Amino acid sequence: MTQMTFARAINAGLRKSLENDPKVILLGEDIGTLGGVFRVTDGLQKDFGKHRVVDTPLAESGIIGTAVGLAYRGYRPVVEIQFDGFVYSAFDQIVSQVAKLHYRTQGAVKMPITIRVPFGGGIGSPEHHSESPEAYFTHTSGLRVVSVSNPQDAHTVIQQAISCNDPVLYFEPKRRYHDKGEVDESLDPRTALPMDTARVLTEGTDVTLVAYGPLVKTARDAATAAADEGVSIEVIDLRSLAPVDYATVEASVRKTGRLVVTHEAGQSGGLGAEVAASITERCFYHLEAAPVRVTGFDIPYPYSKLEMHHLPGLDRILDGVDRAMGRPNSLSGLEG
Amino acid sequence: MSTDEAGQGASSAEGPGNSAENHGGSGRNLIQLVTPAGERISHPEFDPWVQDIADEQLCSLYEDMTVIRRIDVEATALQRQGELALWPPLLGQEASQIGSGRALREDDFVFSSYRENGVAYCRGVDLTDIIRVWRGNASAGWDPYTINMATPQIIIGAQTLHAVGYAMGIQNDGADSVAMTYFGDGATSKGDLNEAMVFAASFQAPVVFFCQNNHWAISEPVRLQSHVQLADRATGFGIPSMRVDGNDVLAVMAATRVALDRARRGGGPTFIEAVTYRMGPHTTADDPTRYRDANELEDWAAKDPISRVASLLERKGLLTEELQQHVRDKADAVAREMRSGCTTMADPEPLDIFKHVYSAPNTWLDRQQDHYSRYLASFGDPAGAASEEGAR
Repeated sequence: MTQMTFARAINAGLRKSLENDPKVILLGEDIGTLGGVFRVTDGLQKDFGKHRVVDTPLAESGIIGTAVGLAYRGYRPVVEIQFDGFVYSAFDQIVSQVAKLHYRTQGAVKMPITIRVPFGGGIGSPEHHSESPEAYFTHTSGLRVVSVSNPQDAHTVIQQAISCNDPVLYFEPKRRYHDKGEVDESLDPRTALPMDTARVLTEGTDVTLVAYGPLVKTARDAATAAADEGVSIEVIDLRSLAPVDYATVEASVRKTGRLVVTHEAGQSGGLGAEVAASITERCFYHLEAAPVRVTGFDIPYPYSKLEMHHLPGLDRILDGVDRAMGRPNSLSGLEG
Repeated sequence: MSTDEAGQGASSAEGPGNSAENHGGSGRNLIQLVTPAGERISHPEFDPWVQDIADEQLCSLYEDMTVIRRIDVEATALQRQGELALWPPLLGQEASQIGSGRALREDDFVFSSYRENGVAYCRGVDLTDIIRVWRGNASAGWDPYTINMATPQIIIGAQTLHAVGYAMGIQNDGADSVAMTYFGDGATSKGDLNEAMVFAASFQAPVVFFCQNNHWAISEPVRLQSHVQLADRATGFGIPSMRVDGNDVLAVMAATRVALDRARRGGGPTFIEAVTYRMGPHTTADDPTRYRDANELEDWAAKDPISRVASLLERKGLLTEELQQHVRDKADAVAREMRSGCTTMADPEPLDIFKHVYSAPNTWLDRQQDHYSRYLASFGDPAGAASEEGAR
């Protein structure tokens, strides 16, 4: 076990993948000499060379499109999109090519591309640097979408994503990059918890609270705070956003009877809506209350002085828990 | 050869070709080895690249072009008869596709658009596979690795980036094969092609950009896409380019061989603008009489790529009745084979829609497939249920 930051844990995972498979190739803007704007690829070009860790021109569609060609040639490209808000320039290549080529060619062409996207807010950035675009990709079949919440998962799941023969969007919560945690580098990704499986982080009996990525820490803090008030929250780290491991969420909701989902992305058409609907379909008669979503607002990501109003914090999550519990809350007295 | 030398070499390659389709830019003349009347004209720079094309090969190129024109006619008929949902004819572009397609080596890899049926023919595609997509039986008709050609790309220009990425892979592997990408004049407006040229130049990737300037992107004329000659666009990216008479199969082959050779020797990318003309509609769903002047078509018919080779063969005394009969027989046989492959093609099974979305199980999809298969089973006859859409 080693103490390391989230960013360092991904770096170590990338290093292992580069070491283990000569077909793994990293592509992105500033990932070479600079080591990436968040230093996630620090030192990798020095150790593996410019042909394994490629500084690309500033063209996101170009990065993803050439990764498609490399995958055709048998490579396993790992692409860094510098910031969440830049992924839209590559949207067509991701949803029309990366996602569909395996289907289009009836399995003849594999697209083992990992697309790393530092995402989410809370770091005081200007616009286009704090977005949560995951729902665009969870809506596209052919893609797998994951988000990690702690250094150990970051280290393991990046290796699982790279060795997966399907394309994987790997969302890194950038405001957690400097958080430290224990990482067992000897953990074998092949026998570790698979990346498409959710994990129950804290057991509870009153409410199931589902979170992923940057809000997992906030959700755990909320559970601790709620415990002081006598409310027992079961926190689930979703980990995989497409597909969602509904079996784990469903088992929890059958036990607690209540569901709260939280994410930074706007509410309408977000993953929380999907989780709420699916759980309602699957275990309606076990629900004591309507599922509750605690999310970002349906607004463009705001300027940073106000971003903490947009981002679900501990208190907003607890307010959502109160709504699910039928306890006095900010919406008490409102009809509908 | 440095980029500069190559660029100058290509720019100075002026044949006595026509200049009818210049629009702005440098007014570079077309590389031409055979005139529209079928006269073989000498071109010191490009002649050496086709000096191995003896009488026999010339007859073979004539055969190829005739066969793919026949494929077009037959497929159009199949569409009109309701056997195909759609067909994109290449009528008029036979020299561009056969000249370039026959210049490729087996281990080169092609990333094309959706009109390169002639190139696919050169790669040895099974004719039934060509029409699988247009019949609606598959999203792609073949395994790309069996003929080293990606399946048709519908999104304009997207495949050019795939070619560059593949070429970067070739480079990493230390191989001397080349990635070749086909696209039309409309694609030169797209971001992806422009990004592809940036990447190709930056990494000096072994890729050939083959632009078939057929003058029309559905109803939009090439002058709406570009105010300069398309070949000149590559210059801004530091990519040497050539502007070739796309209706002259020998000139196209020579230019393609120059570009392929440069790429194999580590000289990086080349852009070829093959100036040709789409004599038919964009697809069988299109009506070019709404936007195209009949005179224009007439002008281009006079430059027909197949009659040009036929005239050349005639001048050489090679256009015998025997040859013509052989070519007709071959075209007939190919058309028969395609028709039979089309009409006997088995319909896909309903649950095939769930196949190959992922390479490993996906719980969401598995559940949907399970539910839909139960639904189908409730009719007792899965195939019957699918064909009775909306019957309830």
